[in-house]
Amino acid sequence: MTPERQFDVLVVGAGPAGLAAACCAAESGRRVGVVDDNPDLGGQIWRGERVHPHHKEAGAWLQRVRTASLDFLPGMQVIGQNGPGRLLAETADGACELRFERLILAPGARERFLPFPGWTLPGVLGAGGLQAMVKGGLPIEGRRVVVAGSGPLLLAVAAYLRTRGAKASLIAEQAAWSALLPFGLALLRTQPDKTRQALALRWALRGVPYRTDCWPMRADGDGKLASVTLTNGRRTWSVPCDYLACGFGLVPNLELPLLMGCDVRAGFVAVDEMQQTSVNGVYGAGEVTGIGGLDKSLTEGQIAGYAATGQPAKARRLVAARKRSQRFAATLNTAFALRDELRHVAAPDTLVCRCEDVSYDRVRRHESWRAAKLQTRCGMGPCQGRVCGAATEFLFGWPTTSVRPPIYPTALANFLESPANPASLA
Amino acid sequence: MSVPTCQVAVLGAGIVGAACARALAQADFQVVIIDPNPIGSGATAAGMGHILLIDDSPAQFALTQNSRQQWNDLAPELPDDCEFVKCGTLWLAADEDELDEVRRKEERFRAAGVAAEVLDTRQLAAAEPNLRAGLLGAFFIPDDRVIYPPCAARWMIEEAQRHGTQLRTGVSAIEVTGKEVRLSDGSRISVEFTVHATGCGTAKMLPGVPIRPRKGHLIITDRYPGFVRHALLELGYIKKAHGTDTDSVSCVVHPRRTGQVLVGSSRQFDAESKDVDPRMLARVVARATEFLPGLTRLSGIRAWTGFRAATPDGLPLIGPYPELPGLYLATGHEGHGITTSLGTAELIVDHLTGRTPRLPLEPYLPARFSGVPAHA
Amino acid sequence: MPETIRIKVNGVAVDVPEHTNVAAAVTRAGHVHFRRSVTGQPRGPLCGMGICFECRVTIDGQPHRRSCQVLCRPGMEIQTDDA
Ligand SMILES: Cc1cc2nc3c(=O)[nH]c(=O)nc-3n(C[C@H](O)[C@H](O)[C@H](O)COP(=O)(O)OP(=O)(O)OC[C@H]3O[C@@H](n4cnc5c(N)ncnc54)[C@H](O)[C@@H]3O)c2cc1C
Ligand SMILES: Cc1cc2nc3c(=O)[nH]c(=O)nc-3n(C[C@H](O)[C@H](O)[C@H](O)COP(=O)(O)OP(=O)(O)OC[C@H]3O[C@@H](n4cnc5c(N)ncnc54)[C@H](O)[C@@H]3O)c2cc1C
Ligand code: FES
Repeated sequence: MTPERQFDVLVVGAGPAGLAAACCAAESGRRVGVVDDNPDLGGQIWRGERVHPHHKEAGAWLQRVRTASLDFLPGMQVIGQNGPGRLLAETADGACELRFERLILAPGARERFLPFPGWTLPGVLGAGGLQAMVKGGLPIEGRRVVVAGSGPLLLAVAAYLRTRGAKASLIAEQAAWSALLPFGLALLRTQPDKTRQALALRWALRGVPYRTDCWPMRADGDGKLASVTLTNGRRTWSVPCDYLACGFGLVPNLELPLLMGCDVRAGFVAVDEMQQTSVNGVYGAGEVTGIGGLDKSLTEGQIAGYAATGQPAKARRLVAARKRSQRFAATLNTAFALRDELRHVAAPDTLVCRCEDVSYDRVRRHESWRAAKLQTRCGMGPCQGRVCGAATEFLFGWPTTSVRPPIYPTALANFLESPANPASLA
Repeated sequence: MSVPTCQVAVLGAGIVGAACARALAQADFQVVIIDPNPIGSGATAAGMGHILLIDDSPAQFALTQNSRQQWNDLAPELPDDCEFVKCGTLWLAADEDELDEVRRKEERFRAAGVAAEVLDTRQLAAAEPNLRAGLLGAFFIPDDRVIYPPCAARWMIEEAQRHGTQLRTGVSAIEVTGKEVRLSDGSRISVEFTVHATGCGTAKMLPGVPIRPRKGHLIITDRYPGFVRHALLELGYIKKAHGTDTDSVSCVVHPRRTGQVLVGSSRQFDAESKDVDPRMLARVVARATEFLPGLTRLSGIRAWTGFRAATPDGLPLIGPYPELPGLYLATGHEGHGITTSLGTAELIVDHLTGRTPRLPLEPYLPARFSGVPAHA
Repeated sequence: MPETIRIKVNGVAVDVPEHTNVAAAVTRAGHVHFRRSVTGQPRGPLCGMGICFECRVTIDGQPHRRSCQVLCRPGMEIQTDDA
């Protein structure tokens, strides 16, 4: 029989948003659980922080987590819903049902990958993807890395890889210098600490060229990456490298919120003042409500944690801080908006769907995501469209807000052993 | 403004509408197909795509034989993405009653001159090593196949388009009044005939047509080539498919050409939500696992539901709609519409041309229910 | 001296530091190709966080496991598609 766990407040995601939510919820004395599919807590930015501390702010929060009374459920992936107040999760040992009164969804974001010729070669990874691999034990010392794509993550990744001995030869940012300049100035004016962080990053990356208006055209190599060809729209040139770390911003992990019936507006989970979604008792915090970085995730997480446990006064005190971080997020997203040229980098035979090997040419003939899925199998493989869905959303403007259970592939046994189905073997 | 004229409007671009459009176009009718949604995205997208013979009534047997023959004749022409695989069907017998049914099937198939074979326990185990031990045998139908229906529907519509058919997706038919079809974008088409191939949608537009949506749950796995080799059905299926109103599940497992394993299925009336019901899905998986214990270890990547357009007697509604001259129905195919789409299309052409039919027309006529209120 | 763990990749023993995930271990063992795509192309990790399924390998006889999400355990047997 599947084990089950009961919580007053269950938090999905142990990144900054989820951890902040859990700590604040635990102050109420209620029974709080945090579930995350990674073997350890920290989410994307604080991945591996307990083994190799890297971020200052992480230490303080992890300390707070240690002293708070909460149940941390690592290595457990939420895969579906068993009915109201019940989630189905998978662990290495089988299925588990998680029951809750209140739910805080903080599943974070993933990178957006865009197709270009050669992007399927081994050695081409996401920017955060390569960083995560290095944190997972991938040797990077002495390796030549080109970091490309878009967003502040490129700088963070390049700086991190450098501390681990990689030779970062270039950072290629697709955004225009003219778009980044106002962002830089706004930062300087309103967020002096962010400016200091940016300068510190730049210092860590001294000697590494940061090119704006610059994006990858193709990757080449025989069975593995050997070089990347970049362009600035006027000129193209090739750079030999062992790894291309390439991501085009972040997209929210909407699968679980959608499965639970939460309204999604303009691509993000819609929440009210208190971070509550359209589903009563279900809250959303962090990157799922809008891509905005660490401060936004931490603040929203705290508000959700307080709000979900009847501590509205404490939640309200954070509203101004949330407003600031949301404003910062808005300028950030404008500055790093993706340029139109990126819609035309894929060649007709470039694969868009890497699970089912469906080419750009086959996908673009269809009028919608649904039609493309049905007719080409695009998005029908095990990643369930997480990679190609985000790409086609940008390439063709197709919204991809449909979801089917399970939200992650799982052994069929895990559908069976659910305690929601005592009669299932009858 | 003049109203555009077309000889036939086919409502619905599912497999049935697609097959009708293709057959009509090939018979030189001028056709327009109308569907608010992408091609093959209704029940056609949800169905399992088993092209099989069903011998539970003479009329169903005749229709599935005619249809399967047409499908198999098409095999050389169907594009690769239709994933048409000649895997054959194994009807599994778990007890003595079901073994008796195997023998009855054998007689019916022999009488009809259709290739089939009875497998004993050992032969079955050799044919499907992942089946549990102790099954009593199986009825093997070698010429049954599986197909990927949405691509088959698209191909048929492309064929129709080559014969001049127009396709209009993104609009639905709102009303059919004798010689005119009114569309959701405010436009109208003047027609001689209208073919309603709207599946479960038919009852919404034509109240009184005895169709009830019957929900089914399916789940597909990642790729495990060779895990099953034939389309497997438990013999209990027939009882459940045509039995009472109560919810039921039966073991239906297909090998897809991709190496994926498609697992079904359930039957539920009065379940309106499209959502996957975890309890029903659990029952489907549990039932399939009783026959294929190793299924539990395979990774399931997607579950979904679909609605079959069920009629009171399990046969489709094909032919004139008694209340409105010029309107024809091609709907109500329950769980066999992928298979019987081609036979349906043939019957529709028979009706519209008055040619001598190969199949009897009567068993499928909508008029057999005239005066019968829906949901009797 | 950090603890090391001995695993096997395509039948060959490899020692990796504790906390190493299977994807990193496969790379350490010298393999660039993790899986073959459905049309036979060689693939390796992309996302590093469990969402792309490009890093799938067979772990202890179980196919289709995401190597980036699994930590190495002593005695683990890992197989790539080219094994
Ligand atoms: C790959 C990547 C690398 C990044 N690196 C940096 C960086 O170096 N520096 C930086 O400033 N910002 C980085 N970011 C941005 C950073 O994620 C945000 O700034 C912020 O920290 C997000 O916090 P969060 O709590 O909203 O989400 P996350 O930190 O993403 O946390 C969400 C957590 O939920 C888990 N989860 C999701 N779905 C499920 C489920 N169904 N079941 C169980 N668990 C689930 C995820 O695995 C994850 O651990 C990175 C983002 C990504 C995608
Ligand atoms: C779980 C399950 C398993 C199945 N397995 C099999 C199998 O193995 N073998 C088999 O042969 N059959 C199977 N079936 C049955 C088969 O899928 C259906 O019988 C078949 O798809 C019906 O096709 P259709 O074209 O009539 O309906 P649909 O595919 O539903 O098409 C009807 C179309 O009409 C359109 N429409 C609706 N209203 C309007 C309107 N007002 N104007 C214009 N268009 C409209 C809809 O948008 C839709 O596209 C299965 C069904 C289910 C649910
Ligand atoms: S690298 Fe994407 S799932 Fe492992």
